[in-house]
Amino acid sequence: MASEESTTRERTHRFGGSAAALAGLLALVIVGAIVATLVARTRWWLPPLASVHGREVDRLLFVTFGIISAAFILVHGVLALFVWLYRDRGQARASYWHEHRGLELTYTIVPAIVMAGLTFSAAGLWSRIHSAPPPTALIVEVRAEQFGWRARYPGADGQFGKIDPRQFNMQANPIALDRADPAGRDDITSAEIHLVVNRPVEVRLRSKDVLHSFFVPAFRVKQDAVPGITVSFWFTPTATGTYEVACAELCGVGHYAMRGKVVVETQEQFDAWLAAPKS
Amino acid sequence: MDAATAHAEAHTGHELSFWRKYIFSTDHKIIGLQYAFTSMFMAVLGGLLAMFVRLQLAWPGRAWPILGSLLPGGMPGGEMTPAFYLASVTMHGTIMIFFVLTTLLTGGFGNFLIPLQIGARDMAFPFLNAISYWLYPPAVIVLLASFFVAGGAAGGGWTAYPPLSALPQAAPGSGMGQTLWLISLAILIVAFLLGSLNYITTVLQLRARGMSMLRLPLTIWGLFVTAVLSLLAFPVLLAAAIMLLFDRMGGTSFFVPAGLIVGTVPVDHAGGNPLLWQHLFWFLGHPEVYVLILPPMGMVSDILANNARKPIFGYRFMVASIVAIAFLSFLVWGHHMYTSGMHPLLGTAFMTTTLIIAVPSAIKTFNWLATLWRAKIRFTSAMLFTLGFLSLFVTGGLTGIMLGQPPVDIYLQDTFFVVAHFHFVMGLAAIFAAFAGTYFWFPKMFGRMMSERLGKWHFWLSFPAAYLTFFPMHYAGMMGMMRRIYSPALYAHLQGLQPINIVVSIGAFILFAAQFIFLVNFFRSAFRGPKAETNPWGATTLEWQAPSPPPHGNWGAHLPTVHRWAYEYSPPGAAEDFIPQSHPAGVPVPAGDGQGPAPGGDGVQGDEHARGGRG
Repeated sequence: MASEESTTRERTHRFGGSAAALAGLLALVIVGAIVATLVARTRWWLPPLASVHGREVDRLLFVTFGIISAAFILVHGVLALFVWLYRDRGQARASYWHEHRGLELTYTIVPAIVMAGLTFSAAGLWSRIHSAPPPTALIVEVRAEQFGWRARYPGADGQFGKIDPRQFNMQANPIALDRADPAGRDDITSAEIHLVVNRPVEVRLRSKDVLHSFFVPAFRVKQDAVPGITVSFWFTPTATGTYEVACAELCGVGHYAMRGKVVVETQEQFDAWLAAPKS
Repeated sequence: MDAATAHAEAHTGHELSFWRKYIFSTDHKIIGLQYAFTSMFMAVLGGLLAMFVRLQLAWPGRAWPILGSLLPGGMPGGEMTPAFYLASVTMHGTIMIFFVLTTLLTGGFGNFLIPLQIGARDMAFPFLNAISYWLYPPAVIVLLASFFVAGGAAGGGWTAYPPLSALPQAAPGSGMGQTLWLISLAILIVAFLLGSLNYITTVLQLRARGMSMLRLPLTIWGLFVTAVLSLLAFPVLLAAAIMLLFDRMGGTSFFVPAGLIVGTVPVDHAGGNPLLWQHLFWFLGHPEVYVLILPPMGMVSDILANNARKPIFGYRFMVASIVAIAFLSFLVWGHHMYTSGMHPLLGTAFMTTTLIIAVPSAIKTFNWLATLWRAKIRFTSAMLFTLGFLSLFVTGGLTGIMLGQPPVDIYLQDTFFVVAHFHFVMGLAAIFAAFAGTYFWFPKMFGRMMSERLGKWHFWLSFPAAYLTFFPMHYAGMMGMMRRIYSPALYAHLQGLQPINIVVSIGAFILFAAQFIFLVNFFRSAFRGPKAETNPWGATTLEWQAPSPPPHGNWGAHLPTVHRWAYEYSPPGAAEDFIPQSHPAGVPVPAGDGQGPAPGGDGVQGDEHARGGRG
């Protein structure tokens, strides 16, 4: 122990190994990140896209991913280089250099411009995502509860019936419809959520108990269900098939199992499903 | 005899009993170490909880009979219950954020370093300081007690979103465990507030003669601005915690709306709004992540300059960016709520402020890199962890640019991408800086050197393990793996994910195990390490002019006087490659000055440290 803890001065001349190892590790971080990303793209990547706005979301995601990857490689590359070049190898003193207004302004202004560009493009997309739903949109209410999802369609009158929590009954009235409201008489409820391909859908999201989040990875949709508030959002599914809703907001012990089924089908199939009796 | 001398004698004039000296001490150094030791104990616990989380996520549903016999409640038959899993996740986050990083960085390093680096004898309010520490163990006891109550510890996440956290019937962890969680946090917040008040007053009032604000080391800037942040942000969480306690126990409805039904039973609340909690929580919660990263930014700046033997590059920009980050941190809380259901226009506003924060962060990063240009780098353990901090902070900070954009965040929010992001930028970066700070200031804390060999082993294992653990989480997030799920096995879109989770868990086990190298090094060096010189690193700041360790009162008879900034490394023409802050202006520096006694000296040579006072 004692020989290892020698004076500072002696220690300073033993750093070649550490410099090489650290520069190598930092280079490995760059190479590892690139290789891992290339491998991940083939099997651990975003699920195939199935919505209209998702195309723009993915584009923004990957543009940003490209920008930050460049910055990641730049910073780690420079760091590795400096660690190796400027290690203490018994040279004369370090340079007494600690101010350069032009350099500092450069790396203030360049990131500021990049951030401004991202802000504008993201703000535009965000406002498109949250624009008013098209009038042709299918309207479905989705109600989250511990630990499942339930859809409701307004029926022929196009009106949802009122909800009255006092009339809740697990078997007879799981959605707590107000039986006195005539608008609710033709409401159709279902454990499955059915949507029409290429037709915009407006989802009115509610919660029966605690916070949940409606997450369908393929649609690039995620929206919290907030008790006491009905949150509306819309999107357009673009591929028929069966999808899964996952709950993305911690909601209790069954959170991990709070799955729902979403079926995207043609208008004819949808109409037939809506007319059939369901659970 | 002037007032300062009298004060000094009052501090050093008589022997204190063991209890007054080490337990109920008002000495900022002892209080700092008390904070550090308690934080280290909590860190082991918080790390252990993470190991449970990783065990479950890598091998969901598998039984571990040995663990089952140790934890019959949480792992009956060796198989983890979802409630125990969620309690582990929740308590890991709570402990690491509030009971480890906040307490260690501001309570530990803040207490130890502020008076020493500004040339004061102690904090402005030493007794208040002792009270601040002594609120911490009760908070720990209340928190740990929650593991043993009915329903177990809180399981609603470290963010404790109501109504889940407000309604005891909503989950096992929402019972007594959640109440104790809130009480514990409220106690700890009071401790933080007393500490912050003290730090702000101390930095503003007790700086040594000549120590202008723009001569302060960046460590002090980081800690000072952090104290301001804490003082402004923590009261909001304290109020929110009390409101939530009222909702739980007093029949109020701040956060619970009308008409809820849990299971089949209607809830007797009306008029509240769950989003109110999120706004209040994140109004603290976002400044809190800067409470965790500003002190590290300051500390690594000083350690970097010292080991690069170069002045920190762009000192004024560094100070300005700390202040800018702190100011902006109050305007970005809504970026945690893009998908919460708040109005989309707010999302646009919060995105703007969030992406602006990238600018001062970039300035700091490039200034650190510029500091290394044409440096003469010494790869001490402290420096390795500092350079590790740079890498981890950049990796974590950059993904924040993705998450900061609401349309991208729609997809990534509440996935493992977010988990990877914040573990890099505030978990790993902050803890690496804390390690750097420990290796660097240990000689001053205990008067002994840590083993550099063990320190390097600690780094060479921890740094790759950190990447192995947290980098693959990005891909799990890209695939859409949600946070806080007990098992990903049920989901169609997560099939094929398990290799990632297994790699992450193996990385986590290595990372956790590597920390025991540090613990062995720490405790062995504290008792048996070689004696430290006064200034073993050839550093400029004032604490390195005090003996190692400094006595009660720090400075002997005369307070130091400051003649220059904190970064006079390798100035042309000087005899040594650094000039201490307390060295009189215009006086040539004799060779060997400030180096402390020769090797083999015992490092307690009182005279030398009063040198500033003679100037």
